[in-house]
Amino acid sequence: MNIAPTPPAGGAIHPSEEQVALAMRGFLADIGPASALALDSCIHCGRCAEACQFYVQTGDPRYTPIHKIAPFKQAYEREMGPFAFVYKLLGLTPKVSAGELMQWQELLYDSCNMCGRCSLICPMGIDIADLVEQARHGMYVAGMTPPDFLGVLAEKEKSTGSPFGMTTQQLQDALHDIGAKYDVVMHVDEAQAEIVPTISSIDLKTYPSSMAAIAKILNHMGASWSFRTDGFDADNVALTAGDRAGQRKITLGVVRAAVACGAKTLVMPECGHSFTEMRWEAANAYGKNLPFRIVQITELLAEGLANGQIRVNKAPQNATYHDACQLSRRGGASAAPRVILQSLGVDLHEMEDAGDANWCCGGGGGVALIKRAQPLRDKAFAIKKRQVEATGADKVFTSCSGCRQTLDHGGKATGWNKEVASLLELVADNLRD
Amino acid sequence: MTLLEFARGPAFQASVLILIAGVAWRLVAIILLRRRPQFAEPRHGLPARIGGGAATILSRFVPRRTFWPRIAVSVVLSATFHIGLAIIVFGGAPHILLIHQLTGLTWPSLPRGVISLVSGVTLACMIALLIRRLNHPVLRLLSTADDYLSWLLVFLPVLTGILLSGETIGGYATLLALHIISVELMMIWLPFGKLMHAGLVFAGRGLMGMNFSRKGAAT
Repeated sequence: MNIAPTPPAGGAIHPSEEQVALAMRGFLADIGPASALALDSCIHCGRCAEACQFYVQTGDPRYTPIHKIAPFKQAYEREMGPFAFVYKLLGLTPKVSAGELMQWQELLYDSCNMCGRCSLICPMGIDIADLVEQARHGMYVAGMTPPDFLGVLAEKEKSTGSPFGMTTQQLQDALHDIGAKYDVVMHVDEAQAEIVPTISSIDLKTYPSSMAAIAKILNHMGASWSFRTDGFDADNVALTAGDRAGQRKITLGVVRAAVACGAKTLVMPECGHSFTEMRWEAANAYGKNLPFRIVQITELLAEGLANGQIRVNKAPQNATYHDACQLSRRGGASAAPRVILQSLGVDLHEMEDAGDANWCCGGGGGVALIKRAQPLRDKAFAIKKRQVEATGADKVFTSCSGCRQTLDHGGKATGWNKEVASLLELVADNLRD
Repeated sequence: MTLLEFARGPAFQASVLILIAGVAWRLVAIILLRRRPQFAEPRHGLPARIGGGAATILSRFVPRRTFWPRIAVSVVLSATFHIGLAIIVFGGAPHILLIHQLTGLTWPSLPRGVISLVSGVTLACMIALLIRRLNHPVLRLLSTADDYLSWLLVFLPVLTGILLSGETIGGYATLLALHIISVELMMIWLPFGKLMHAGLVFAGRGLMGMNFSRKGAAT
């Protein structure tokens, strides 16, 4: 199906009929057998609501996960489903109005972390988070992505390769500055490198110590490694904004940079959604098998600790661990962080629902980048806060900078006394020579 | 032609035809959609992914423990209703006789008293589920005409079955004809609405289980 050229994400206040049509076509363009089966299967049991932090915390039925894709399900039934011809003939399914679609902007963006907890409870096996991602594709092509800040960052990312619009020179300077500040040798744009770590702009801006930590660990391992500034963006804001073309462009940029230097391992940083994108979609965007493997940083650390390439001192302390949804429930990497914490002698106090059934921090799926969503985000954060406090731990480790930032912000807003820290930095701080 | 002859003859043939053709069309329409090739290296091989699909088909019958406090009512009512239906269909003597006539297969039936009790419990669960659907804010928001029609088309066979076994109202032949026709109406509607979940539930869970196992994700 042809999709019209992507208009800028404007978050128009009054979408036109043309925008509505674009949204529906954008959604339908992704439908394959799995999505069709999912859209055809819902029995309206409502259980998904009980797994969603936004419904559980507010009691507002509009936040029922499967309801968040209702206009798109209607479009599928009317335009593409097995009995679409009957619906068309009899006019049984009314068209989605522009006003209705505008209401769905909040449901699809502000109140969905794409955390997939609803997918875990669904008795029919519907991956609702995946359907939300497809619905966002429709919203994006219709120019209905929330502009503040999600849409703006996605646009900048697509045009410059970085959500903050950093030039190659600025990035090179930033990396060398971090090296100088933290006294660690940085490898940047080397012609050949076996390991290529990608870069999160959240880390660059907010947690530069994480950038230093990965360099320190790779140096400790004696690895041939290098950052690449010609394809580095591990944020992929486009993914959560729903910009399929931008998402592909960013992903391919990273792949090509890694191929150019003969990488054998591409390392995704402490970030959830970017791991999902690269691990499962990069090869599809590339159109063939990749000549390197893709691992999340915790997987590399756990592997290094197991084979002796990484040696650490014990760092006994009382802590809990927050699973990033995309790494644990959706990414199959729940075990690695726990291996790392055990290697460091951390007294781990697991939260209720730790691992696969964890609750999102509230910021996932780009919600952290939507300014107006803060009150809703804070409600989701309250679950996490309660769970952390119930463990009695002094500190929360996590392996996602997005989660870390959301927990930091939530903590500051509520006067919380828990320290939120990076697992990567914990390892870097306790390397044994 | 009596009503019973109509129910057993042309109505039965027509409903079977619509059921088979409708289900086939619905499945074909899904299967024929374009599949995207997957190039990413899976975490697990094909046998493990098939195992993951099979495991998910079974595991989703019982929700994870963490979800129970919030969905216990929904799970208990719907599970009891579904199990009740299965007991009535596969344990009731007249149904076993019908299956024997159609397929040659047979097995011992459950005592009539047990079937009556199960039928009563099933009916009660269905009424409770309807009341819940009409009152729960989430269910009210999600519900469509299909939900209520599908409920009615399952409720009527159970109700007429109970009336038939007790022969409480009307003559046996009329009640039997109404019971058969109510089942036929259910068969006719099955491919077009949510009753199709009787088959899609296995496909949906299996596919999700395989896809998630490929990623090593939680199923």
